[in-house]
Amino acid sequence: MKRAGFAQPWLPMLLLLPQLTIIVIFFYWPALEAVRSSFYLEDPFGFGSSFVGLENYQILLESREYRRVALFTLFFTLCVTFFSLAIALLLAVKADKVLRGATSYKTLLMWVYAIAPPVAGLMGAMLVNHSNGMITHLFGAAGYEFRNGLNYSDTAFTMILVAIWKQIPVNFIFFLSGLQSIPVSLREAAKIDNKSGTSRFWTITFPLLAPTGFFLLITNITYALFDTFGIIDVVIKGEPGNNPLTLVYKVYVDGFRGNDLGGSSAQSVVLMVLVLALTVFQFRLIEKRIHYT
Amino acid sequence: MLARTTLLATATVFCGSVAFAETEITWWHAMGGQLGETVNQIAADFNASQDDVTITPIYKGSYEETLTAGIAAFRAGEQPNILQVFDAGAATVIAAQGATIPVADLLAENGGFDINDYIPGVRYFYADSDGKMIGMPFNSSTPIMYYNTQALEAAGVTAPKTWEEFQSVTAPALKEAGYEPLSQSHLPWIFTENFMSRHNLPFATNNNGYDGLDTQILVNNEAIRDHFTAAKSWIDDGLMGYYGSNWSDNAKPFEEGRTAMWLGSSGSFGGLMQKADFEFSATYLPYWEAVTTEPTQTFIGGASLFAMSGQSNEENAATAAFFNYLTSEEVQYMWHRETGYVPVTQAAYELAQTDGHYDRFPAAKIGVEQLSLASGDNTRGYRMGFYVQIRDVMNREYGRIFSGETSVEDAFNTIETEANELLSRFARTQGAG
Repeated sequence: MKRAGFAQPWLPMLLLLPQLTIIVIFFYWPALEAVRSSFYLEDPFGFGSSFVGLENYQILLESREYRRVALFTLFFTLCVTFFSLAIALLLAVKADKVLRGATSYKTLLMWVYAIAPPVAGLMGAMLVNHSNGMITHLFGAAGYEFRNGLNYSDTAFTMILVAIWKQIPVNFIFFLSGLQSIPVSLREAAKIDNKSGTSRFWTITFPLLAPTGFFLLITNITYALFDTFGIIDVVIKGEPGNNPLTLVYKVYVDGFRGNDLGGSSAQSVVLMVLVLALTVFQFRLIEKRIHYT
Repeated sequence: MLARTTLLATATVFCGSVAFAETEITWWHAMGGQLGETVNQIAADFNASQDDVTITPIYKGSYEETLTAGIAAFRAGEQPNILQVFDAGAATVIAAQGATIPVADLLAENGGFDINDYIPGVRYFYADSDGKMIGMPFNSSTPIMYYNTQALEAAGVTAPKTWEEFQSVTAPALKEAGYEPLSQSHLPWIFTENFMSRHNLPFATNNNGYDGLDTQILVNNEAIRDHFTAAKSWIDDGLMGYYGSNWSDNAKPFEEGRTAMWLGSSGSFGGLMQKADFEFSATYLPYWEAVTTEPTQTFIGGASLFAMSGQSNEENAATAAFFNYLTSEEVQYMWHRETGYVPVTQAAYELAQTDGHYDRFPAAKIGVEQLSLASGDNTRGYRMGFYVQIRDVMNREYGRIFSGETSVEDAFNTIETEANELLSRFARTQGAG
């Protein structure tokens, strides 16, 4: 087989140039800048900075508070990813079977997707308001005093709830289209062999949904880690206080609120490494084992 | 009508461009809501009062956001002429000596400056170690105790002078009368910084941080630990409400008449006049008789205005002209009357007195009076770098005390350790330590 190629070696480079320029200016440069400033201790106004080597990283490793934030981020990400995927899958499977009014049903489920994270956070904050929030009342009726912003786990509950709710529609859309791409003939054949719907789902439908599911797993982890910033900011009303924070929010608190650029840069480098690991994991380990058709 | 408005707008734009000699300056501030409207009013009045300078006030969000925006703009060479910086951010800005023009120098070059024109309580908080004023005290407030007059009457008590009185007499009676006795809006400011100044306790080494960068915080003392132990028991016994580290969440129960007394800012007066539909008054911040029998004045809080460097001489002169206007007695009195922030000059305070403002609203006087109480060695203020983060550490640990996650002892040890780490880190960003 003849390999297609360019006659001139500079032509492909020229064609790639616009894309490369954008990547270098907007992605590599800031990333390198973050790595550089993570080795420095800098005056907020930029009058002077001194090289401190790995000290900023060492402080992170020794900080009890940073560990606490990292642990919460792990818990938060697991909860948000698991529940938003599970609930969306359930809804998609059920919506797939709806015969009448299917379109309006699906549209209604997707609506939430259009809500901006801070607005979702604001709605969550209203639901858990101390004096007149509906969730506060609901817990109150069950005999539990729900105190958002005071009780660490109550605040965590609010954040996780809003983050899950906001992510369900995205997952729902993908799962639904995944389900609809499963050939009808395959489903009918399965129906002849096995009359239990649950068992058919786990042995036939679920494995066929795996590529979609895997893609969503990675996007949901990234969502929980990074895109929930707006929700968190509004739920805690911009006051870190004794509230659960995620790693990304901590970068903001130390860098933008506290003006500690070196420490904040070190934290963002940690996050970059985390994303890098996640990407390698995605391509190297899992993609090979998943069967795409 | 629309056509007329458009015509008018065009005319305004046209006239604006004709007056080419006019100097334009910008003012970044953090005054939202009612306060923001008053700020806009002051700017509009200033612009109307003369033809040489046009000032544009721009709201940049919270105090923290405004400071960060100002620093980022400075690094990019796009700084405003005037930046409002709050008490906790003052150390960062004052330490960066090339970033601002000391207000004492600016005004001395443009019409004269005398620090004795200012009321004693505000003179030196935003000054350097030699007592030279760097930032101009603008919205100066101090924590005071507001009370619902009806609630106190219903319970048959008067506003407490000491925490002992609150604990044994006032709070139980208010609870009996069906009120939540107390809430407060800012634990680091009211229960920590001003706790120190009210009892004349040192808050940090190096003369509360004014005399050097190698400062250590002195927050971990017996008096404040006892205070937080008491506060925790008040919360447990229903004598005090705590609604998290958000200011307005704690003010709301008082505004709604559920809480009888509220520790807030003297600058909250204007807002309360609008929101509260009950009669209220105010008194001094209580003190512990067990700690001192001679309570002293409190620190000023709020924020000051800094003239950012790197501007042309014309613009600096324009900034000075605005500062002179802002500190004139009429403007200060108007600001004091509308918002409740204290008048920063003696002349404005006297004007408020002769105009009968305090006869009409006795509560409006409490802040100024409290700032004019006896001073002590530790009542000038404090100067600590990375203080925004130190306050966040305090808020976190106080929240954990009140939720029972930690003990008072452990919390103060943590605050002391983490604050000292931040302080030495800040000292190193300034090339010291």
